Amino acid sequence: MTARLSILAPDGKLANGAKPSLSDEALVEALRWMLMSRIYDERATALQRQGLYGVYSPALGQEASVVGSSMALDPARDWIVPQYRELIALVRHGYPLERLAAIGMGRVTETARIPDGVNVLPNQVALATQLPHAAGLAWGLKLQKKDSVVMTYVGDGGSSEGDFHEGLNLAGVQKAPVVFFLSNNQWAISTPRRVQSATPSFALRAAGYGFPGVEVDGNDVLAVYAAASEAVERARAGGGPTLIESITYRMSFHNTTDNPSLYEDPKDRAEASRRDPIDRVVKHLKQRGLWDDELDKGMRASVRAEVDAALDKAATFPTVTPSQLFDNVYSELPKRLLRQREELLGETRET
Amino acid sequence: MTQRNVLEAINSALDEEMSADPRVMVLGLDVGKLGGVFRATSGLLEKHGANRVVDTPLAEASIIGASLGLAISGMVPVAEIQFLGFTAQAFHQIGPQLGRYRARSRGRFHCQVTVRAPFGGGISSPEFHSDAVEAQFVQSPGIKVVMPSNAYDAKGLLIEAIRDPDPVLYCEPDRLYRLGRMEVPDGAYTVPFGKAAVVRDGDDITLVAWSAAVETCLIAAERLADEGISAAVVDLRTLVPLDVETLVGAVAKTGRCVVVHEAPLSAGFGAEVVATLASEAFYDLDAPIARVTSYDVPYPAAPLERWYLPTVERVVAAARRTARQ
Repeated sequence: MTARLSILAPDGKLANGAKPSLSDEALVEALRWMLMSRIYDERATALQRQGLYGVYSPALGQEASVVGSSMALDPARDWIVPQYRELIALVRHGYPLERLAAIGMGRVTETARIPDGVNVLPNQVALATQLPHAAGLAWGLKLQKKDSVVMTYVGDGGSSEGDFHEGLNLAGVQKAPVVFFLSNNQWAISTPRRVQSATPSFALRAAGYGFPGVEVDGNDVLAVYAAASEAVERARAGGGPTLIESITYRMSFHNTTDNPSLYEDPKDRAEASRRDPIDRVVKHLKQRGLWDDELDKGMRASVRAEVDAALDKAATFPTVTPSQLFDNVYSELPKRLLRQREELLGETRET
Repeated sequence: MTQRNVLEAINSALDEEMSADPRVMVLGLDVGKLGGVFRATSGLLEKHGANRVVDTPLAEASIIGASLGLAISGMVPVAEIQFLGFTAQAFHQIGPQLGRYRARSRGRFHCQVTVRAPFGGGISSPEFHSDAVEAQFVQSPGIKVVMPSNAYDAKGLLIEAIRDPDPVLYCEPDRLYRLGRMEVPDGAYTVPFGKAAVVRDGDDITLVAWSAAVETCLIAAERLADEGISAAVVDLRTLVPLDVETLVGAVAKTGRCVVVHEAPLSAGFGAEVVATLASEAFYDLDAPIARVTSYDVPYPAAPLERWYLPTVERVVAAARRTARQ
């Protein structure tokens, strides 16, 4: 078994002899990103229930994993290859929240796409297929002698896919500058972690690919940041990939179509709430005299205002048009598709 | 002018594009020192170095998936899948990933990736090595499907594929690799996608094919000429994009048509050809369209191939029947 890295305990105290991996200022910034993730989850879920937002997968309970890992990256040169539960990591990396919100609200036009110069790939729903992409991207950046690192995300469920093995194996062989961040949130929809694998630790699998694997308390933003930073630095220095298993808990449904009461023991959820990643940062800052209820209230209000502004702006994004079906399929539309588009447009004019 | 066979034409296209563009790289199984199991990449490692001619782990999904990432990083990968049938283990990385990345990213990213894959029967290779599964990729929007039938086209279509900003599946007719040479110029030239070729003129019937089946049709046309039946042969060259105009024009001219392919009959690309002709050339047809294909059975062991594949004899017989109807 690998030792699980832990810095900030659930009671807000530092683990024995541990030093904070982030400055006080950076820890407050991490808190703000985590709050933004949670508040956005609440708002998006509420909007989905009103029919104003598509199917949504919250990051609730996993904020320290998402934020701590992304804060180890330099948006100017590093890349994120996401799965789909890392929304705030993408925002921190430069993908404007209003664009992500617009996509969630069905305004799926080019106006909402990843901006040029923002080093983020699209969300991936075919699980683990993004891992070979990340390996190839990192390998290509290395071939071009860029000092970039790629951070890619997968879950305990995705780790059972064949592409997990193929992606990590190739990255190891090429010593590609990539960090595989496995958020073990204990669930793949209703399938519990023990059904995914008999391995006592997903991090152990890294040994089979010839690179380091580390386990980290995924609800501890300081530990996640420390593990991610070390992996990013190693990759940047030419030391190749790292697998990080971030042990966390999905404190919500898989997505808005799911009903965990059919399969989840409420005691597990209650236990997870005692390990809440946001509460422990607030406790820690308060214990050190760096935080109080007024500051806390102020930050939550300002984050809520920022989220609401992004949602308002998203609601003004252009809506979809039928001809858009044929956009971005090929660099130039072949004749057959031009004809199909004409047919569609003729029919939509008639109705 | 230089005489080259199909394999030499492919090698020449790869070598010249790698020399002209430092972003172009080759990756796949055994493409390095061995030069590929058919030697298509022979000499490239020595000339262009190990960073650009890369033997990968034996894992097709990551060959294609990594090519997607390499393309986004700014490289121009030409991936080799040792045999088209082995794409079964990378299928999800071709259509759903390479094919859709431009659309999924709403135009922010595209995948300038060429996937080369030898295929086809008649060389006594076992099962998956021979499978003709090209039609599966026609149902994968975003992928172009290219099927050269001769050495000149092989070079020009491959250079076109490497330079195309979209992902291209380039299927190589392994039976024809070393079957004679033709004039294939040194230096870069391209054969455009979406332009079928009428490779033989004829008045009585039109044989439609792609890849190695074109060669079968050309031999069949010679035999038919001996019987007094004048057969035209159309080489579609690319299934996506499809040249409907040339296809319809050539069939309308003779009023009779036989479609020939190595893939099994049902829902093979021949079905798309026939459906297209049914709607675009219906009133020019003088007889039902025939198909000569492999059967809807698994690819057989080598001693059974001669009954499985669309042979010259079967094409001649079908053309004779169609011509007399």
